Amino acid sequence: MLDRLALTLASGEVGALVGPSGCGKTTLLRIIAGLDRDYDGSVALPDHGKLGMVFQEPRLLPWRTLEQNVRLAAPQATDRSLEALFRTLGLEAHRHHYPSELSLGQARRAALARAFAVEPDLLLLDEPFVSLDDALAARLREELAELVNRRPVTTLLVTHNVEEAIGLADRLFLLSASPARVLAEVPVERPRATRTPAELAALRDAVVRRLSP
Amino acid sequence: MALRLLSLALMIAAWYVASRLAGPRALPDPQAVALMIVSEARSGWLGYNLGMTLARVAVAFALAMALGSALGLLMGRFRIADWLGDPWLVVLLNLPALVIIVLAYVWAGLTETAAIAAVALNKLPIATVTVREGARSLDRGLDDMAEVFRMGPWVRMRHVVLPQLAPYLAAAARSGLSLVWKIVLIVELLGRPDGVGFEIGVAFQLFDVTKILAYALAFVAVMLVVETVLVQPLERHVSRWRPRTA
Repeated sequence: MLDRLALTLASGEVGALVGPSGCGKTTLLRIIAGLDRDYDGSVALPDHGKLGMVFQEPRLLPWRTLEQNVRLAAPQATDRSLEALFRTLGLEAHRHHYPSELSLGQARRAALARAFAVEPDLLLLDEPFVSLDDALAARLREELAELVNRRPVTTLLVTHNVEEAIGLADRLFLLSASPARVLAEVPVERPRATRTPAELAALRDAVVRRLSP
Repeated sequence: MALRLLSLALMIAAWYVASRLAGPRALPDPQAVALMIVSEARSGWLGYNLGMTLARVAVAFALAMALGSALGLLMGRFRIADWLGDPWLVVLLNLPALVIIVLAYVWAGLTETAAIAAVALNKLPIATVTVREGARSLDRGLDDMAEVFRMGPWVRMRHVVLPQLAPYLAAAARSGLSLVWKIVLIVELLGRPDGVGFEIGVAFQLFDVTKILAYALAFVAVMLVVETVLVQPLERHVSRWRPRTA
Protein backbone atom coordinates (compact mmCIF):
# COMPACT_ATOMS: atom_id res chain seq x y z
CA MET A 1 0.00 0.00 0.00
CA LEU A 2 2.86 2.36 0.79
CA ASP A 3 6.10 2.18 -1.13
CA ARG A 4 9.43 3.84 -0.37
CA LEU A 5 7.80 6.60 1.62
CA ALA A 6 9.97 8.93 3.68
CA LEU A 7 9.09 12.13 5.45
CA THR A 8 10.61 14.25 8.19
CA LEU A 9 9.02 16.86 10.38
CA ALA A 10 10.90 19.40 12.43
CA SER A 11 9.96 19.76 16.09
CA GLY A 12 6.95 22.01 16.50
CA GLU A 13 6.14 21.94 12.81
CA VAL A 14 2.70 21.24 11.47
CA GLY A 15 2.80 18.82 8.55
CA ALA A 16 -0.10 17.90 6.33
CA LEU A 17 -0.48 14.67 4.39
CA VAL A 18 -2.53 15.41 1.30
CA GLY A 19 -3.47 12.77 -1.20
CA PRO A 20 -6.34 11.02 -2.98
CA SER A 21 -8.70 8.76 -1.08
CA GLY A 22 -7.41 5.27 -0.51
CA CYS A 23 -3.75 6.13 -1.03
CA GLY A 24 -2.89 4.97 2.48
CA LYS A 25 -2.86 8.16 4.54
CA THR A 26 -4.71 6.55 7.44
CA THR A 27 -2.46 3.47 7.24
CA LEU A 28 0.59 5.69 7.44
CA LEU A 29 -0.82 7.46 10.47
CA ARG A 30 -1.59 4.15 12.16
CA ILE A 31 1.97 2.98 11.54
CA ILE A 32 3.34 6.16 13.09
CA ALA A 33 0.98 5.76 16.05
CA GLY A 34 2.23 2.23 16.56
CA LEU A 35 -1.14 0.62 15.82
CA ASP A 36 0.05 -1.19 12.71
CA ARG A 37 3.28 -3.17 12.95
CA ASP A 38 3.19 -4.90 9.60
CA TYR A 39 5.75 -2.83 7.70
CA ASP A 40 9.40 -2.59 6.72
CA GLY A 41 11.12 0.53 7.83
CA SER A 42 11.50 2.71 10.88
CA VAL A 43 9.61 5.40 12.72
CA ALA A 44 11.54 7.88 14.88
CA LEU A 45 9.34 9.68 17.40
CA PRO A 46 10.33 12.88 19.19
CA ASP A 47 11.40 13.00 22.86
CA HIS A 48 9.28 10.88 25.20
CA GLY A 49 7.04 9.78 22.39
CA LYS A 50 3.84 10.99 24.04
CA LEU A 51 1.15 10.72 21.43
CA GLY A 52 -2.07 12.59 20.98
CA MET A 53 -4.36 11.36 18.26
CA VAL A 54 -7.65 12.50 16.80
CA PHE A 55 -9.33 9.77 14.78
CA GLN A 56 -11.84 10.16 11.98
CA GLU A 57 -14.64 9.30 14.38
CA PRO A 58 -14.51 10.93 17.82
CA ARG A 59 -13.98 7.56 19.59
CA LEU A 60 -15.15 8.80 22.97
CA LEU A 61 -16.15 6.28 25.64
CA PRO A 62 -19.96 6.52 25.56
CA TRP A 63 -20.31 5.55 29.22
CA ARG A 64 -18.10 8.30 30.60
CA THR A 65 -18.68 12.04 30.59
CA LEU A 66 -16.67 14.36 28.38
CA GLU A 67 -14.43 15.40 31.23
CA GLN A 68 -13.91 11.82 32.38
CA ASN A 69 -12.96 10.88 28.82
CA VAL A 70 -10.30 13.58 28.72
CA ARG A 71 -8.97 12.78 32.19
CA LEU A 72 -8.69 9.07 31.41
CA ALA A 73 -6.34 9.82 28.53
CA ALA A 74 -4.47 12.53 30.42
CA PRO A 75 -4.44 11.66 34.12
CA GLN A 76 -1.65 14.10 34.89
CA ALA A 77 -3.42 17.11 33.38
CA THR A 78 -4.03 19.89 35.90
CA ASP A 79 -7.46 21.37 36.55
CA ARG A 80 -6.19 24.73 35.28
CA SER A 81 -4.90 23.39 31.98
CA LEU A 82 -8.16 21.52 31.39
CA GLU A 83 -10.16 24.66 32.17
CA ALA A 84 -8.17 26.63 29.61
CA LEU A 85 -8.56 23.85 27.06
CA PHE A 86 -12.31 23.56 27.53
CA ARG A 87 -12.66 27.34 27.35
CA THR A 88 -10.77 27.58 24.06
CA LEU A 89 -12.89 24.85 22.55
CA GLY A 90 -16.17 26.11 24.03
CA LEU A 91 -16.79 22.93 25.99
CA GLU A 92 -17.18 24.21 29.57
CA ALA A 93 -20.96 23.82 29.48
CA HIS A 94 -20.64 20.22 28.34
CA ARG A 95 -18.02 18.89 30.71
CA HIS A 96 -20.41 16.55 32.47
CA HIS A 97 -22.41 15.48 29.46
CA TYR A 98 -22.23 11.99 28.03
CA PRO A 99 -21.16 11.62 24.38
CA SER A 100 -24.69 10.71 23.35
CA GLU A 101 -25.75 14.18 24.49
CA LEU A 102 -23.14 15.93 22.34
CA SER A 103 -23.47 17.04 18.74
CA LEU A 104 -20.89 15.77 16.25
CA GLY A 105 -19.06 19.10 16.36
CA GLN A 106 -18.90 18.98 20.15
CA ALA A 107 -17.74 15.38 20.09
CA ARG A 108 -14.98 16.26 17.61
CA ARG A 109 -13.94 19.11 19.89
CA ALA A 110 -13.90 16.72 22.82
CA ALA A 111 -11.55 14.44 20.89
CA LEU A 112 -9.35 17.46 20.18
CA ALA A 113 -9.37 18.42 23.84
CA ARG A 114 -8.38 14.90 24.79
CA ALA A 115 -5.45 14.88 22.37
CA PHE A 116 -4.20 18.26 23.59
CA ALA A 117 -4.73 17.52 27.28
CA VAL A 118 -2.07 14.84 27.03
CA GLU A 119 0.47 17.58 26.11
CA PRO A 120 1.77 15.35 23.35
CA ASP A 121 5.16 15.35 21.70
CA LEU A 122 3.45 14.30 18.49
CA LEU A 123 -0.08 15.13 17.50
CA LEU A 124 -1.74 13.03 14.82
CA LEU A 125 -5.00 14.09 13.21
CA ASP A 126 -6.85 11.82 10.77
CA GLU A 127 -9.30 13.91 8.76
CA PRO A 128 -10.61 15.48 11.97
CA PHE A 129 -13.09 17.85 10.33
CA VAL A 130 -14.58 15.65 7.65
CA SER A 131 -18.38 15.51 7.38
CA LEU A 132 -18.89 18.78 9.26
CA ASP A 133 -20.62 21.70 7.58
CA ASP A 134 -18.26 24.35 6.19
CA ALA A 135 -18.89 26.99 8.84
CA LEU A 136 -18.33 24.56 11.71
CA ALA A 137 -15.27 23.05 10.07
CA ALA A 138 -13.81 26.52 9.55
CA ARG A 139 -14.42 27.38 13.20
CA LEU A 140 -12.80 24.15 14.38
CA ARG A 141 -9.79 24.79 12.16
CA GLU A 142 -9.38 28.19 13.81
CA GLU A 143 -9.60 26.60 17.25
CA LEU A 144 -7.01 24.01 16.26
CA ALA A 145 -4.73 26.73 14.93
CA GLU A 146 -5.12 28.66 18.19
CA LEU A 147 -4.21 25.59 20.24
CA VAL A 148 -1.16 24.85 18.10
CA ASN A 149 -0.02 28.47 18.18
CA ARG A 150 -0.41 28.59 21.96
CA ARG A 151 1.68 25.49 22.51
CA PRO A 152 3.68 24.44 19.46
CA VAL A 153 3.67 20.69 18.98
CA THR A 154 4.89 18.53 16.11
CA THR A 155 1.71 17.80 14.24
CA LEU A 156 0.78 15.59 11.35
CA LEU A 157 -2.58 16.27 9.79
CA VAL A 158 -4.13 13.92 7.27
CA THR A 159 -6.65 15.53 4.97
CA HIS A 160 -7.94 15.39 1.44
CA ASN A 161 -8.99 19.04 1.71
CA VAL A 162 -6.21 21.09 0.14
CA GLU A 163 -7.45 24.39 1.58
CA GLU A 164 -7.45 22.95 5.07
CA ALA A 165 -3.89 21.72 4.59
CA ILE A 166 -2.66 25.06 3.27
CA GLY A 167 -4.40 27.04 5.98
CA LEU A 168 -3.03 24.99 8.88
CA ALA A 169 0.28 23.40 7.86
CA ASP A 170 3.85 24.60 7.71
CA ARG A 171 4.80 21.87 5.30
CA LEU A 172 2.70 19.80 2.92
CA PHE A 173 3.52 16.26 1.86
CA LEU A 174 1.71 15.42 -1.34
CA LEU A 175 1.10 11.71 -1.70
CA SER A 176 0.53 9.80 -4.89
CA ALA A 177 -2.17 7.23 -5.36
CA SER A 178 -1.60 3.74 -3.96
CA PRO A 179 1.17 2.48 -3.60
CA ALA A 180 1.84 5.86 -2.07
CA ARG A 181 5.10 7.73 -2.02
CA VAL A 182 5.83 11.39 -1.46
CA LEU A 183 5.29 13.22 -4.73
CA ALA A 184 6.43 16.56 -3.43
CA GLU A 185 7.19 18.44 -0.26
CA VAL A 186 5.79 21.96 -0.21
CA PRO A 187 6.93 24.24 2.60
CA VAL A 188 4.64 27.12 3.47
CA GLU A 189 6.83 30.04 4.50
CA ARG A 190 4.34 32.45 5.95
CA PRO A 191 3.24 31.87 9.54
CA ARG A 192 -0.35 30.76 9.85
CA ALA A 193 -1.80 34.01 11.10
CA THR A 194 -0.42 36.09 8.25
CA ARG A 195 -1.49 34.01 5.27
CA THR A 196 -3.63 36.12 2.96
CA PRO A 197 -6.49 34.67 0.91
CA ALA A 198 -4.64 35.51 -2.29
CA GLU A 199 -1.52 33.59 -1.26
CA LEU A 200 -3.68 30.70 -0.13
CA ALA A 201 -5.51 30.59 -3.45
CA ALA A 202 -2.28 30.64 -5.45
CA LEU A 203 -0.75 27.92 -3.33
CA ARG A 204 -3.90 25.86 -3.60
CA ASP A 205 -3.83 26.00 -7.38
CA ALA A 206 -0.19 24.98 -7.42
CA VAL A 207 -0.84 22.04 -5.14
CA VAL A 208 -3.91 20.86 -7.02
CA ARG A 209 -1.97 20.97 -10.27
CA ARG A 210 0.82 18.97 -8.70
CA LEU A 211 -1.62 16.38 -7.38
CA SER A 212 -3.58 15.77 -10.56
CA PRO A 213 -2.24 12.89 -12.66
CA MET B 1 -49.54 -2.12 39.54
CA ALA B 2 -53.26 -2.65 40.09
CA LEU B 3 -53.35 -5.09 37.19
CA ARG B 4 -50.50 -7.09 38.70
CA LEU B 5 -52.31 -7.38 42.02
CA LEU B 6 -55.47 -8.41 40.22
CA SER B 7 -53.58 -11.08 38.32
CA LEU B 8 -52.02 -12.30 41.56
CA ALA B 9 -55.45 -12.43 43.23
CA LEU B 10 -56.79 -14.42 40.30
CA MET B 11 -53.91 -16.86 40.64
CA ILE B 12 -54.70 -17.46 44.30
CA ALA B 13 -58.39 -17.79 43.55
CA ALA B 14 -57.69 -20.34 40.83
CA TRP B 15 -55.47 -22.24 43.26
CA TYR B 16 -58.26 -22.31 45.82
CA VAL B 17 -60.76 -23.66 43.29
CA ALA B 18 -58.31 -26.26 42.03
CA SER B 19 -57.60 -27.50 45.53
CA ARG B 20 -61.28 -27.88 46.21
CA LEU B 21 -61.60 -29.97 43.04
CA ALA B 22 -58.49 -32.07 43.51
CA GLY B 23 -58.84 -32.70 47.23
CA PRO B 24 -56.57 -31.62 50.09
CA ARG B 25 -54.11 -34.50 49.75
CA ALA B 26 -53.30 -33.81 46.10
CA LEU B 27 -53.46 -30.03 46.26
CA PRO B 28 -53.76 -28.29 49.62
CA ASP B 29 -55.43 -24.89 49.57
CA PRO B 30 -53.55 -21.59 50.00
CA GLN B 31 -54.44 -21.36 53.70
CA ALA B 32 -52.90 -24.72 54.56
CA VAL B 33 -49.71 -23.83 52.74
CA ALA B 34 -49.53 -20.45 54.45
CA LEU B 35 -49.94 -22.10 57.85
CA MET B 36 -47.16 -24.55 57.02
CA ILE B 37 -44.85 -21.69 56.05
CA VAL B 38 -45.55 -19.96 59.35
CA SER B 39 -44.94 -23.10 61.41
CA GLU B 40 -41.70 -23.91 59.62
CA ALA B 41 -40.57 -20.33 60.09
CA ARG B 42 -41.41 -20.47 63.77
CA SER B 43 -39.47 -23.67 64.29
CA GLY B 44 -36.46 -22.14 62.60
CA TRP B 45 -36.24 -24.82 59.94
CA LEU B 46 -37.41 -22.57 57.13
CA GLY B 47 -34.80 -19.98 57.92
CA TYR B 48 -32.05 -22.56 58.25
CA ASN B 49 -32.84 -24.40 55.04
CA LEU B 50 -33.35 -21.22 53.06
CA GLY B 51 -30.05 -19.95 54.42
CA MET B 52 -28.15 -23.07 53.40
CA THR B 53 -29.64 -23.05 49.93
CA LEU B 54 -28.97 -19.36 49.42
CA ALA B 55 -25.39 -19.75 50.59
CA ARG B 56 -24.85 -22.52 48.05
CA VAL B 57 -26.49 -20.42 45.33
CA ALA B 58 -24.27 -17.45 46.15
CA VAL B 59 -21.01 -19.39 46.15
CA ALA B 60 -21.75 -21.46 43.06
CA PHE B 61 -23.04 -18.42 41.18
CA ALA B 62 -20.01 -16.33 42.06
CA LEU B 63 -17.60 -19.11 41.07
CA ALA B 64 -19.35 -19.83 37.78
CA MET B 65 -19.68 -16.15 36.83
CA ALA B 66 -16.11 -15.25 37.71
CA LEU B 67 -14.45 -18.22 36.02
CA GLY B 68 -16.92 -18.40 33.16
CA SER B 69 -16.66 -14.70 32.32
CA ALA B 70 -12.87 -14.73 32.52
CA LEU B 71 -12.76 -17.70 30.17
CA GLY B 72 -15.29 -16.10 27.85
CA LEU B 73 -13.25 -12.90 27.68
CA LEU B 74 -10.07 -14.86 26.92
CA MET B 75 -11.73 -16.96 24.26
CA GLY B 76 -13.36 -13.95 22.66
CA ARG B 77 -10.15 -11.96 22.50
CA PHE B 78 -7.59 -14.62 21.61
CA ARG B 79 -8.28 -17.02 18.81
CA ILE B 80 -5.89 -19.66 20.19
CA ALA B 81 -7.82 -19.75 23.45
CA ASP B 82 -11.00 -20.14 21.46
CA TRP B 83 -9.68 -23.06 19.39
CA LEU B 84 -8.31 -24.80 22.47
CA GLY B 85 -11.32 -24.22 24.69
CA ASP B 86 -14.21 -24.64 22.32
CA PRO B 87 -14.38 -28.47 22.26
CA TRP B 88 -14.36 -28.58 26.07
CA LEU B 89 -17.05 -25.94 26.11
CA VAL B 90 -19.29 -27.85 23.74
CA VAL B 91 -18.94 -31.03 25.80
CA LEU B 92 -19.75 -29.23 29.06
CA LEU B 93 -22.71 -27.48 27.51
CA ASN B 94 -24.23 -30.70 26.35
CA LEU B 95 -23.51 -32.90 29.34
CA PRO B 96 -26.79 -33.26 31.20
CA ALA B 97 -26.83 -31.50 34.57
CA LEU B 98 -27.70 -34.75 36.26
CA VAL B 99 -24.64 -36.52 34.90
CA ILE B 100 -22.30 -33.81 36.16
CA ILE B 101 -23.91 -33.88 39.60
CA VAL B 102 -23.86 -37.66 39.92
CA LEU B 103 -20.25 -37.94 38.74
CA ALA B 104 -19.19 -35.19 41.15
CA TYR B 105 -20.75 -37.06 44.04
CA VAL B 106 -19.28 -40.38 42.96
CA TRP B 107 -15.75 -39.02 42.51
CA ALA B 108 -15.61 -36.52 45.37
CA GLY B 109 -18.08 -38.04 47.79
CA LEU B 110 -21.31 -36.56 49.08
CA THR B 111 -19.51 -33.39 50.15
CA GLU B 112 -20.31 -29.69 50.04
CA THR B 113 -17.38 -29.16 47.66
CA ALA B 114 -18.71 -31.69 45.20
CA ALA B 115 -22.16 -30.13 45.36
CA ILE B 116 -20.99 -26.59 44.71
CA ALA B 117 -18.50 -27.66 42.07
CA ALA B 118 -21.24 -29.54 40.23
CA VAL B 119 -23.52 -26.52 40.23
CA ALA B 120 -20.74 -24.20 39.14
CA LEU B 121 -19.70 -26.53 36.32
CA ASN B 122 -23.24 -26.61 35.09
CA LYS B 123 -23.51 -22.87 34.85
CA LEU B 124 -19.99 -22.00 33.78
CA PRO B 125 -20.30 -22.82 30.05
CA ILE B 126 -23.32 -20.57 29.66
CA ALA B 127 -21.49 -17.62 31.15
CA THR B 128 -18.49 -18.38 28.94
CA VAL B 129 -20.51 -18.53 25.73
CA THR B 130 -22.37 -15.30 26.49
CA VAL B 131 -19.30 -13.31 27.52
CA ARG B 132 -17.36 -14.71 24.58
CA GLU B 133 -19.91 -13.14 22.25
CA GLY B 134 -19.46 -9.87 24.07
CA ALA B 135 -15.68 -10.11 23.80
CA ARG B 136 -15.94 -10.82 20.09
CA SER B 137 -17.98 -7.67 19.53
CA LEU B 138 -15.66 -5.34 21.44
CA ASP B 139 -15.04 -2.07 19.61
CA ARG B 140 -11.52 -2.26 18.13
CA GLY B 141 -11.60 1.49 17.53
CA LEU B 142 -11.80 2.09 21.28
CA ASP B 143 -8.99 -0.44 21.79
CA ASP B 144 -6.82 1.56 19.37
CA MET B 145 -7.70 4.79 21.12
CA ALA B 146 -6.74 3.31 24.49
CA GLU B 147 -3.46 2.08 23.08
CA VAL B 148 -2.52 5.39 21.49
CA PHE B 149 -3.16 7.20 24.77
CA ARG B 150 -1.10 4.56 26.59
CA MET B 151 -3.88 3.56 28.99
CA GLY B 152 -2.73 0.90 31.44
CA PRO B 153 -4.31 -2.57 31.59
CA TRP B 154 -6.43 -1.83 34.68
CA VAL B 155 -7.73 1.42 33.18
CA ARG B 156 -8.59 -0.41 29.98
CA MET B 157 -10.35 -3.23 31.78
CA ARG B 158 -12.39 -0.91 33.97
CA HIS B 159 -13.24 1.87 31.52
CA VAL B 160 -13.06 0.35 28.05
CA VAL B 161 -13.70 -3.39 28.22
CA LEU B 162 -16.02 -4.01 31.16
CA PRO B 163 -18.61 -1.36 30.23
CA GLN B 164 -18.86 -2.95 26.80
CA LEU B 165 -19.26 -6.37 28.35
CA ALA B 166 -21.85 -5.15 30.86
CA PRO B 167 -24.95 -6.18 28.88
CA TYR B 168 -23.46 -9.60 28.22
CA LEU B 169 -22.48 -10.03 31.85
CA ALA B 170 -25.98 -8.99 32.86
CA ALA B 171 -27.50 -11.54 30.48
CA ALA B 172 -25.19 -14.26 31.76
CA ALA B 173 -26.05 -13.34 35.35
CA ARG B 174 -29.77 -13.34 34.72
CA SER B 175 -29.96 -16.69 32.95
CA GLY B 176 -27.32 -18.05 35.27
CA LEU B 177 -29.09 -17.16 38.49
CA SER B 178 -32.30 -18.90 37.56
CA LEU B 179 -30.35 -21.95 36.39
CA VAL B 180 -28.15 -22.09 39.49
CA TRP B 181 -30.91 -22.15 42.04
CA LYS B 182 -32.76 -24.88 40.19
CA ILE B 183 -29.65 -27.05 40.10
CA VAL B 184 -28.83 -26.30 43.72
CA LEU B 185 -32.16 -27.84 44.68
CA ILE B 186 -31.24 -30.98 42.73
CA VAL B 187 -27.81 -31.37 44.31
CA GLU B 188 -29.41 -30.87 47.71
CA LEU B 189 -32.01 -33.50 46.97
CA LEU B 190 -29.41 -35.99 45.77
CA GLY B 191 -26.69 -35.63 48.32
CA ARG B 192 -26.96 -32.98 51.02
CA PRO B 193 -28.50 -33.18 54.48
CA ASP B 194 -30.12 -29.75 54.47
CA GLY B 195 -31.46 -27.02 52.27
CA VAL B 196 -34.72 -26.48 50.41
CA GLY B 197 -33.97 -29.31 47.98
CA PHE B 198 -33.40 -31.75 50.83
CA GLU B 199 -36.67 -30.77 52.54
CA ILE B 200 -38.56 -31.17 49.28
CA GLY B 201 -37.01 -34.60 48.85
CA VAL B 202 -38.14 -35.70 52.32
CA ALA B 203 -41.60 -34.24 51.77
CA PHE B 204 -41.75 -36.11 48.47
CA GLN B 205 -41.09 -39.41 50.20
CA LEU B 206 -43.80 -38.66 52.74
CA PHE B 207 -46.16 -37.34 50.07
CA ASP B 208 -46.46 -34.12 52.02
CA VAL B 209 -47.62 -31.79 49.25
CA THR B 210 -48.25 -28.98 51.70
CA LYS B 211 -44.62 -28.93 52.74
CA ILE B 212 -43.42 -29.10 49.14
CA LEU B 213 -45.50 -26.10 48.19
CA ALA B 214 -44.57 -24.22 51.35
CA TYR B 215 -40.86 -24.49 50.69
CA ALA B 216 -41.24 -23.89 46.99
CA LEU B 217 -43.21 -20.67 47.49
CA ALA B 218 -40.94 -19.42 50.26
CA PHE B 219 -37.97 -19.98 48.02
CA VAL B 220 -39.52 -18.25 45.01
CA ALA B 221 -40.36 -15.29 47.24
CA VAL B 222 -36.75 -15.02 48.38
CA MET B 223 -35.43 -15.17 44.81
CA LEU B 224 -37.89 -12.46 43.78
CA VAL B 225 -36.59 -10.25 46.57
CA VAL B 226 -33.01 -10.88 45.44
CA GLU B 227 -34.05 -9.96 41.92
CA THR B 228 -35.69 -6.72 42.99
CA VAL B 229 -33.20 -5.60 45.59
CA LEU B 230 -29.96 -6.68 43.91
CA VAL B 231 -30.24 -7.46 40.22
CA GLN B 232 -32.53 -4.72 38.94
CA PRO B 233 -30.82 -1.75 40.63
CA LEU B 234 -27.48 -3.10 39.39
CA GLU B 235 -28.82 -3.31 35.87
CA ARG B 236 -30.14 0.26 36.08
CA HIS B 237 -26.83 1.59 37.39
CA VAL B 238 -24.88 -0.11 34.64
CA SER B 239 -27.13 1.35 31.95
CA ARG B 240 -27.25 4.92 33.25
CA TRP B 241 -25.23 6.36 30.36
CA ARG B 242 -27.56 5.06 27.68
CA PRO B 243 -29.65 7.68 25.90
CA ARG B 244 -33.20 7.48 27.14
CA THR B 245 -35.64 6.33 24.49
CA ALA B 246 -38.55 8.71 24.18
